[in-house]
Amino acid sequence: MDLDLTEDQNTIRQVFADFFSSEAGPGRARGAEPVGFDPVAWERLQQTGAPGMGVPESLGGGGATLADLTVVVEEAGAHIAPLPVVDHMVTARLLATVGACDDDVLTGAMVVGLAIRPPVGDMVRTVPTGAVASRVVALDGEVLLAVDGGPGTHLENHGCLPLAHRPLDGATVLADGPDAVAAHSRALDEWRTLTSATLVGITRTALDLGVDYVKERKQFGRAVGSFQAIQHLLADLPGLLDGARLLTAKAAWAGDRAEAGQPGIADAGDNEITDFATLAGMALVVAGEAATLATDRSLHVHGGYGFSEEYDIQLYFRRARALAVLLDDPARECRRLADLLLGPAPASGPPVSGPDANPESDANPKPHGKGEPHEGPDALVTGATA
Amino acid sequence: MDFTLSPRAAEFRSNVKAFIAENLTTDVVDAMHTSGTFNDKAFNAALADAGLLAGAVPGYGDRDPIELYILFNELEKAGAPYDGLAVSMLVAGVINAVGTDFHRSEVMEKLLTGRFNCCLGYSEPDHGSDLAAITTRAVRDGDQWVITGQKMWTTMAHEADWVILLTRTDPDAPRHKGLTMFLVPMDTPGIEVQPVPTMATERTNATFYDDVRVGDEWRLGDLHGGWAVMGVALAFERGVMGGTNPAVPLLRHVRDWAAGTPSPDGATMLHDPLLRERLARTAIANQVSQLLTLRAAWIAATGGLPGLEGSMAKLYSTGRYQQAVGWFQEMAGAEGLLGFGVDGAAADGWIDYDAKHSPVTTIYGGTTEINRNNVAERHLGLPRAR
Repeated sequence: MDLDLTEDQNTIRQVFADFFSSEAGPGRARGAEPVGFDPVAWERLQQTGAPGMGVPESLGGGGATLADLTVVVEEAGAHIAPLPVVDHMVTARLLATVGACDDDVLTGAMVVGLAIRPPVGDMVRTVPTGAVASRVVALDGEVLLAVDGGPGTHLENHGCLPLAHRPLDGATVLADGPDAVAAHSRALDEWRTLTSATLVGITRTALDLGVDYVKERKQFGRAVGSFQAIQHLLADLPGLLDGARLLTAKAAWAGDRAEAGQPGIADAGDNEITDFATLAGMALVVAGEAATLATDRSLHVHGGYGFSEEYDIQLYFRRARALAVLLDDPARECRRLADLLLGPAPASGPPVSGPDANPESDANPKPHGKGEPHEGPDALVTGATA
Repeated sequence: MDFTLSPRAAEFRSNVKAFIAENLTTDVVDAMHTSGTFNDKAFNAALADAGLLAGAVPGYGDRDPIELYILFNELEKAGAPYDGLAVSMLVAGVINAVGTDFHRSEVMEKLLTGRFNCCLGYSEPDHGSDLAAITTRAVRDGDQWVITGQKMWTTMAHEADWVILLTRTDPDAPRHKGLTMFLVPMDTPGIEVQPVPTMATERTNATFYDDVRVGDEWRLGDLHGGWAVMGVALAFERGVMGGTNPAVPLLRHVRDWAAGTPSPDGATMLHDPLLRERLARTAIANQVSQLLTLRAAWIAATGGLPGLEGSMAKLYSTGRYQQAVGWFQEMAGAEGLLGFGVDGAAADGWIDYDAKHSPVTTIYGGTTEINRNNVAERHLGLPRAR
C-alpha cells in the first residue's frame, strides 16, 4: 500500500506541469477555439516524448505505465491543453498491441485517435479527435479498422473539442476476431481512465479559480468567500476531487496489473473492486460528476463574470461537460457497470433468485429476519470477460 | 500508488473476515438491534482474545496502522456492533498519544482486553457544535477535582467503565483555553445516566455529574489543554474508525431483496433499469468512500493527523449514504416502510432501519456544516465565517 506518487511520477508531474504552463492554459485554449487544437504546442509536445510515452520500450516507446500517463494527463486537464494527448496515447498503445504503431505515431508526427463509439451505418460519429487525427482506429463488429484520410471536418461543439464524423469507406483491417475486440475494449478502458484523469485536472483548476475569486471579490464590504453560503458550495469539492483522483489512480493501478496478467474482482457486496474494466467505468462516472459539479459551482460563485467569455472558468465549465458525456450518458454507463457488478440483467420471466440471493431468506423468514451476517465474498471474477 | 495490502495487512484482513464469519451470529446482530446498544462485550472480548484488537489503537505498538482501518471497515461492512468498540479504541489512541503511564495501565490496557468500554463526554444540552462553549465545571480541591455539569449524547454510558469528559477549568480564559479533559470512572459517586431513546431505536444517554470527585491523576493532557486533546480525538474519530461505509451492507441487502422481489412488469426488481443504475451508483460511492477513508488511514499510518481528510471522507460518505437510502426506500414503496420482523418487510426491514438511522450520520461526530467549515477554512483557506 502506497498512496503517494512514485519519485519518477513526481518528476513527470513537475516536467509536464511546467510544459503545460507554458504551452497550454486558458489563453492558448482560447486561441485554439473552436477546433480545440494547437499545432505549435503539439509540435513542442513531440519533443518531450509524450506521444509515444505509453508504448512499450521494446517497440520504441517510452515504456510508461498507465499510472504514469494519468499523471501527465491530469496536468494537461488542469491547463486545459488543446491537445489530443489522451486519444493519441491510448491509440498508440492499441496500435502497438496489433503491431501497427509506426514511427510517425510514436513521435506524434502523425496524430491518431480512437472511435469510442461503434459505427452507425458507414460512419463513426463524433470521434473525439476526428478533426485532427490522420488515422482513427475503430471497431466494427469484431473487426479493428484503421480509418485513414483524416483529419475530418470539424463539428462545432460545446466543449470546443476536435470532434468529427469519419467515414469508414476505404478503411483497412488491423485485426479481427476476439483478440481485436479485447484490444479495443482494453483501449476504451484506458480512454476512460485517462479521460478521468483529464477531468480530475479540470476539477482541480476549477476549484482553484473559484477559491481565488471569492477571496478577492468584495460585496457588502467584505470578501464573498467569507460568507458561509459561498464557503459551503465549495467545501464539498475537495473530497470529490480527491476521491476522483484516488479512484482514477486505482483504475490505472488495476489496468497495469491486468496487463501483467493479474485479473481483478468486482465484489459489490464486499466493496472489493480490483477489476480494471469496472474501476475504469467507475472513475469516469465519478470524475465526470466531480468536474461537472466543481465547474458549475465555481462558475456560480463568480457571479455574472463567470458567465462572461472574459473569465476563464467558462472554458473549464464547457470542457468538463463535454468530456463527461462524450462516451455515453453517465446513467447508461452506470447500467453497464451494474452488469459487471451484479451480473447481467436476468432474462425476463417470473421472479427468480439472483446469483447472490439467499433463497431461504424469502422462503422461510426468520422471526427477526434481520440478522443475516455477510457470508464471505461473493465475487464475480470478471478478469476473464474483461 | 499501490493499492495492494502488505502481506501482513492482508493476513490480518483475512483473520478479521474469518473471525466475523464465525462470531457474527444472527443472535449478535439481533441483540444489537433489539437493545439499540451497538456494543457487544462478548464479541469484543472474543476479538481481543483472537489477537485482533492490538492493532486497533491508533499509533500504538508495532502493528501496521492500516490494520486499524481494516478492522473497523470489515466490521462495518459486515453490519457488526462496532460503535462502542470504536469509541473505546479511539480513547485508547488518545491515551496512547497524550496519556500517562497511569492512564495506560489503568485504562488503555484494560480497553485492549475488549472487556471494558469508555464513552465520550463532549456535548452538552446547550452546546453541541459549539463545543468550546461547554459549561461543565471542574474545580480544584487540593489533590482532587470536583466536577459538576451535564453531558448529552453520551452513547454507551450505560455500558461504559470510563467517560472522557471535557470540562471548563478556567472560566476567565478565552473559550478554547480554559478547557481540560478528564478520564472519569463511571462508578464514581455523583454520576447518573439517563437513557435517551432515538427515532432509530439506537440508545443514547444524558449523563449528570454532581460533585464528582477525581484525583489529578485522572486528568488527560495538560491543564487547560483540553482543546488539543479534542483535536487528537476528532482526527482519530472522523473517517478512520468506521462510519464511512454504511452503504455497503445496504447495497447487499437491497440487491438480495431485488433479486427475489417481483416488479410490477412481472420480472424481478433486479431487472429494473433505474434500480440497477442506483445500485451501481451506490457501489461507486462505496468505492470512493473507501478510498477517502483509506487515504485518512494512510496519513495516520505515516505519522500524520488526518483531521481534514477525515472530514472529507465523512462529508462525502454520509451524504451519499443518505441519498442511497432515499432512493431505495422510494423504490421499495410501502414495503420499504416495514421494520425488522414485520411480515413483508422489504429487505427484511433493513431499508426501514437505514432510513431511520441515516439522518444521524450527518450530525454525530461533527455535523456536515462543521466539517464544511473545517474544509473551507483550513483546506481552502477561506476567511473564518462566524
